[in-house]
This record gives sequence, C-alpha cells and structure tokens, in this order.
Amino acid sequence: MSSADTTDIPGDLAPDRARARSARRWRPSGSTLVMVLYILFLMLPIYWLINMSLKTNAEILGTFSLWPRNPTLANYRTILTDASWYMGYVNSLIYVVMNTVISVAVALPAAYAFSRYSFMGDKHLFFWLLTNRMAPPAVFALPFFQLYSSVGLFDTHIAVALAHCLFNVPLAVWILEGFMRGVPREIDETAYIDGYSFPKFFVKIFMPLIASGIGVAAFFCFMFSWVELLLSRTLTSVDAKPIAATMTRTVSASGLDWGVLAAAGALTLIPGALVVFFVRNYIAKGFALGRV
Amino acid sequence: MTLELRGLARRVGADAHIHPTDLTLEAGTMNVLLGPTLAGKTTLMRLMAGLDAPSEGRLYWRGEDVTGRRVQDRDVAMVYQQFINYPSMSVYDNIASPLRLMGRSADEIDRTVRETASMLKLTPMLGRRPLELSGGQQQRCAMGRALAKGAGLVLLDEPLANLDYKLREELREEIPRIFAKSGAIFVYATTEPEEALLLGGNAAALWEGRVTQFGPTPRVYRRPADATTARVFSDPPMNFMSLEKRAGMLRFGAQDEVPAAGRYEALPDGRYSAGFRPNHLELERHNAGALEFVARVAVSEITGSETFVHLDYAEWRWVGLMRGVRHLPQGSEVRVYLSPAHIYLFDGEGRLASAAPYAQAA
Repeated sequence: MSSADTTDIPGDLAPDRARARSARRWRPSGSTLVMVLYILFLMLPIYWLINMSLKTNAEILGTFSLWPRNPTLANYRTILTDASWYMGYVNSLIYVVMNTVISVAVALPAAYAFSRYSFMGDKHLFFWLLTNRMAPPAVFALPFFQLYSSVGLFDTHIAVALAHCLFNVPLAVWILEGFMRGVPREIDETAYIDGYSFPKFFVKIFMPLIASGIGVAAFFCFMFSWVELLLSRTLTSVDAKPIAATMTRTVSASGLDWGVLAAAGALTLIPGALVVFFVRNYIAKGFALGRV
Repeated sequence: MTLELRGLARRVGADAHIHPTDLTLEAGTMNVLLGPTLAGKTTLMRLMAGLDAPSEGRLYWRGEDVTGRRVQDRDVAMVYQQFINYPSMSVYDNIASPLRLMGRSADEIDRTVRETASMLKLTPMLGRRPLELSGGQQQRCAMGRALAKGAGLVLLDEPLANLDYKLREELREEIPRIFAKSGAIFVYATTEPEEALLLGGNAAALWEGRVTQFGPTPRVYRRPADATTARVFSDPPMNFMSLEKRAGMLRFGAQDEVPAAGRYEALPDGRYSAGFRPNHLELERHNAGALEFVARVAVSEITGSETFVHLDYAEWRWVGLMRGVRHLPQGSEVRVYLSPAHIYLFDGEGRLASAAPYAQAA
C-alpha cells in the first residue's frame, strides 16, 4: 500500500481500514477453498466421461492420460449416425415429455383440490400419494410388465410414461399443493365474483400465479423420468427402447466400446442441463416459496 | 332494486355462525355492518355475495329468489380486507377484467377503465402490476375493479383495515363520494363505530352472529335498541352499572338512594342496567345534578391530548375518556361525575327502557 503520498492524520483509522480490506481480498478464504475443492470433486467424473468420449479405445485402454492426446469426434459420429443409437435418445425424450405433460396435467387439479377443499380422507389420501414415492420401482416392475403385456401396451412409449406417473404424479401434487396454498383463496372468489368460470379462472388467473411451481414440478418429473432405468428397461424391448437400455445392451453385444459408451453418456447429460438452464430462476424461487 | 334477506342463517356443524336474519337493503343506500371481530360480518357478506350457501332462509334480489344462484351470475362486486388483485395482470387489465367477461366493446371498456382510474387517482399506475403499488393503491385498484363492474350490490369487507391511518382517512372520505353516484346497494363492514358514523347511511349492529339492530346510523347510535348494540356501537365500549328503583327511590350502583325525579319518576319499579359513554364521565362537576362516584384508577393512558382512564367502581370496570392530559396515579381514588341526562337505561333483558335525554332529539 502506498500511503506515502497521502498525509497521515494521527489516529485516523481510514488508511488502516483500507489496507486491511485489501489484505483480506488477497487472502484465500476458507469457504472459497472448500467450494473449489467441492466443485472439483463433483466435476471430476463428468470431466473423465467427456475426456473418455474424445479418445480412441486404444488410448482409453492403453495409457493413462489426463486429456485426449489425439482428440477424435468419431465416437459422437457413431452415435449420431447410427439409428440404433440415436433412436434411444428419441425414445427416451418421447416418453419423458409424455410423462411430464401427463403428470403435471393430472397433478394440477389434484393439488388444487388438496389445497382448497377439505373432503373425507383428504389427509390420508395425500399421505398415501406420498408413500408411492417411497416404494422402490423394483416392486412394481413385475406387475407392470405383466399388466402392460396383457393389455398390449408392452414396448410402447405411453407404457413407460404411465409407469413413471406412479412416482411423478405424487411428487408433482406435493410440489404444486405447496405453491397453491400460498395463493389466497380470496383471489379465487374475486375471480368468480368478477364472472370468471372455473376453467377460465384456472388457466388465466391461477396458473400464472403458480407458474414457478409448475416449472419446478415439471423439472422434477422430467429429471426423474429421464434417469429412471429399471421400469423403462423392463417395459420396452425394441420400439421404445430408452438410451440407458441401449447403452447397457450394447456393452454385452459388441464387447466394450468404451469411447462410444462415454460419448453416449455425455450426450445423456445434455437434456437435463438444458432443462436446468431454462428453469433455474423458477427453481430458486420454487425452493424458497414452495414446499420442496 | 332491493336485497332482501329472509331468515338467512348459516351453521357449521353445531355452531351457528349467523342466526336467522331478516334484513332489507334499499337501492342507493350505504349499509354499514358494525361489529367486533368474529361477530359474523364477513360471513353475512359471503352469504349476500353467494360465496357461501345459507343453511336456511332465502335471499331475494329485486324480488327474485337468488338463493342457489352461482356467484358468476349474480350482480355483485366485492372488496376484501386483504388487497386482492390479479398479480399477473396490469392495473388496467385488473380493472378491465370484469368488463371483458361481460363482453363489452373495447371502446367502452377503455372509457370505463380510464374514468374509474381517474376517479381513484390510479391513472399513472395503469401500466403497472398490482404488487408494484403501495398498499393504498393496491386497495384502490381492487375498488376500481369492483366499481368498474357497475354491480348492483357492492360489498366492502373492512377495506381500510390494513391501511395506515393517513390513507385510511383519505379513502374513507372518497368512498361515500365515489359510491354515491352509482345508485347501487353498498354494504360496508367495519369494527369501528367512528367509521360507521362517518359513512352515515344505515347501520346494522352485529353481535355473535345476530343482527341486534338495523336502522339509520345516527339513530342506532343514539337510540340503541339494547345493551349489546350500545356496547358494539361505542369505542371504547359503553360503561355499565346497576340501577334499582323502589318506592320512588333510585340507587345507582353502590351509591346512596336518591329520590327519583324527572324521567325516572315514570319508570316502573325494578332492576335496570344503566349505561353511559366513556366521554360523558368527567373529572369536574359541570352541572349541579351530576352524580358523583368515587372510583379507583386501574390504568391511565395518555393519548396526546386525551386521557383514557380505566376505573374500578364497586364490581364494574369503567373507561373514561377525559379531555386533556391527566396524571392519575395508579390505585389512587378519584371523584368522577356523570350527568343523569347521559344515562341510557336497559331493562333486565337488556332492552332499551329509556334513552338518554340528550339523545332524544335525534
């Protein structure tokens, strides 16, 4: 610090304070250090996945390298040109979007009922909905497989979308109910007095008020459905095979193609990252306002 | 154009929220529902609006039975105590929303919204969202919506309760002026007797789900039909003591017997309850006939230029509103004076037996 060109006033604390502040700026604080370590720790597997996806199989198996020596996009090319690979993504996206739409559409009126009316057994029903989330998917795999096969829905997108509703509808109801509870009932009544019919009120007045709740609910439905493997693999064989299943099956069929697998894994991160990017503001708001 | 309540009642489980009520509200009148919290003001309003269904009784609007009709099909508007607007719409769209639903033309909507906004001094805020406004502006926006609709029945449920003092004064002056020209029936709920008197019109005093009296506001104030109404329509509440008349002699509270004179002469013998308003209790004797009581000071609160004195007299707790700043130590004995002309008499069942003579003129 150059305090030579400024006159020193005896007892003046200001220059000291300025010096102290700048000193603090340079000292690495504990929280920054912890944060950096934590992020490194979190990002390491993702970095390694991307690292692998840009290498050739020979390099992956042959040497230990922190970054690809001969970066190649061949692995990605394989996936994006081979229908048996990229159809996995398409199938996954189809049933995930279907599931998200169904879950939110079903949960909206249900959550409204829970937040606005008291009816016989409402508390028990609400709890029962939540218990559906607690059961492991494996419990439902066998009955679902048999049920969907017998009604001819096996290996269709809608089968997986419906199966995932088992977990996502309760979750969406739970999230939305918290948001709806925060909207005063008087708004509903004012709308009716103004002349809004219920559907019109719900779409024009109510849904904009809980838009962040809908965003958060849709995000969670999307993510749970996207990462769920067991049910989606059990309920599909060829036509609706999800990407995760494609990945596991390819491993056993064609030996270990590490590079292509890593590229496929890297690509599965993209939809989630995109959704997070678009709803990130809602999520911050959602975690603060809603119940989750 | 009248709103008629015939034996309207609401019960929830075993609790009677509103006892069977008969009321007739005339077109173009301001009707104040006055009562303490939980008296049933809001419940009664919700029954009038059709938001709640009555357990029994019928509701007639312009002679037509509308008891079971949907809220949407009724000719009502309502303003709540909380500032209720549609947060996702601008102030303009808020005020326009009931008109749009009625299918008015765009020109007419625009004209009505701008007229309403200028009357409520909201014109500069038309483009903003309600949550960007101050509390008073939000409530004016809510009123604007109720007003623009041009409904025949406008319900205002303690619209000023959540506003600060200054805004309250301002809006309270505006409300009668704004609503006077619409020719609709106005129902205004409040807990404050002062507000009821300022608004004028008719007043219905409510107590524990019962309308104890309905009539022109000053009349209800000056000639309360019973002790309950008198208690509701006085802030701080009316003070009471016993009065016994026997063989031409009167005994006020724990006083010595005095000979009955004036209006007390005609009073039948019996036990009465004597009520008087806090502002009529005085620390100085202003006229020769004033009754003198020795009471003990329980609490004394100075509010700027007035002093509220809580007094214990025999088994009764009184509140006196004294002019000026008085320093009365707690526990000290004071002499207070009360003119007999300010005393209301209620019989054993609480009905008015004799109004205070000073109020006879009204």
